[in-house]
Amino acid sequence: MNESPEAKATPADDVLATAARWQDQGLKVALATVVATWGSSPRPAGSQLAVDENGRMVGSVSGGCIEGAVVHEAQGVMAEGGTKLLEYGVTDEMAWEVGLACGGSLRVYLEPLD
Amino acid sequence: MQRDLLDRLLRLQAAKRPAALVTDLESGRQALVEVGEVGDVTGPLALDETEVAAAVSAIHDDRSMLEADSNRFIRVFNPPMRLIVVGAVHIAQQLVPLAAAAGYDVTVVDPRRAWASGERFPTVVLVAEWPDEALRALAPDRRTAIVTLTHDPKLDDPALDAALASPAFYIGALGSRRTQERRLERLRAQGFEAADLARIHGPVGLDIGAKSPAEIAVSILAEIVQVRRAPPAAAEASQPEARP
Repeated sequence: MNESPEAKATPADDVLATAARWQDQGLKVALATVVATWGSSPRPAGSQLAVDENGRMVGSVSGGCIEGAVVHEAQGVMAEGGTKLLEYGVTDEMAWEVGLACGGSLRVYLEPLD
Repeated sequence: MQRDLLDRLLRLQAAKRPAALVTDLESGRQALVEVGEVGDVTGPLALDETEVAAAVSAIHDDRSMLEADSNRFIRVFNPPMRLIVVGAVHIAQQLVPLAAAAGYDVTVVDPRRAWASGERFPTVVLVAEWPDEALRALAPDRRTAIVTLTHDPKLDDPALDAALASPAFYIGALGSRRTQERRLERLRAQGFEAADLARIHGPVGLDIGAKSPAEIAVSILAEIVQVRRAPPAAAEASQPEARP
């Protein structure tokens, strides 16, 4: 077989490697993971988003509806440690405010990278 | 997540080995379950046999999920799906970056070195060997799709022969209806059964009226995604002839 460069992973899918790289640069990092969904949530369970202390993000936990709120919550987790379970959905008025207008609901687990 | 667990997970991903990260959502403790050569569990979260089995089963189903009746989440990390393209032709040049963007690990096979050159395919693993030998060495599994694009029976037929002997989840062959009929006749004469031949998608790709190499590449990738993701009934319903 010929030796050729491996096809490179798409940067957008490289959430964990990017999180590790950010931490290596001395930044605080938090990871958000979709752990449950109901209805027409745009991203399935297991979808991940990494956030650094400057609000930079890679990956996704929705179609762009709740990332802003998750990034905000992530700052707290990075500053104070500990983990958080966040819920967004049609039954939650906050969810409408942050804009999960697709009608689904989901639970997101937020943890710092230690 | 502890950095040592993350590093271990990243090493497994680099080695293309499947793993699952089990997280207790209350305590935040985690365990990494590996399958393959080393079937072991690392990390501060203790798992019983049933929980390890649940993680292994989630890996097999390629589905991250909450454990039944518990507050533990199983996140599956499988190696990328593979696509083996036989024929380093123009359509292959368009299909390689599309499939890579969709997360496939792509290999291009063509014994003709003028076609299988690094200049034409700068970002992909090239195998300049006969397709049957190359496919046997690549050992396609049920997470592998195989597409033949050479138009040349001398290259496509041995590739399809090897593809049909594998559990590949998708086999596609470029060529018109007429070409496909002749191809199936030849394979039938070689002793393949109807059930084997029904695995070959040909003419390859969804019928979206594709003309250019890039459009044909889109239709091929769309069909691969459909076979992987859509239940058979939904796939049937999306065929053009079934539309109202």
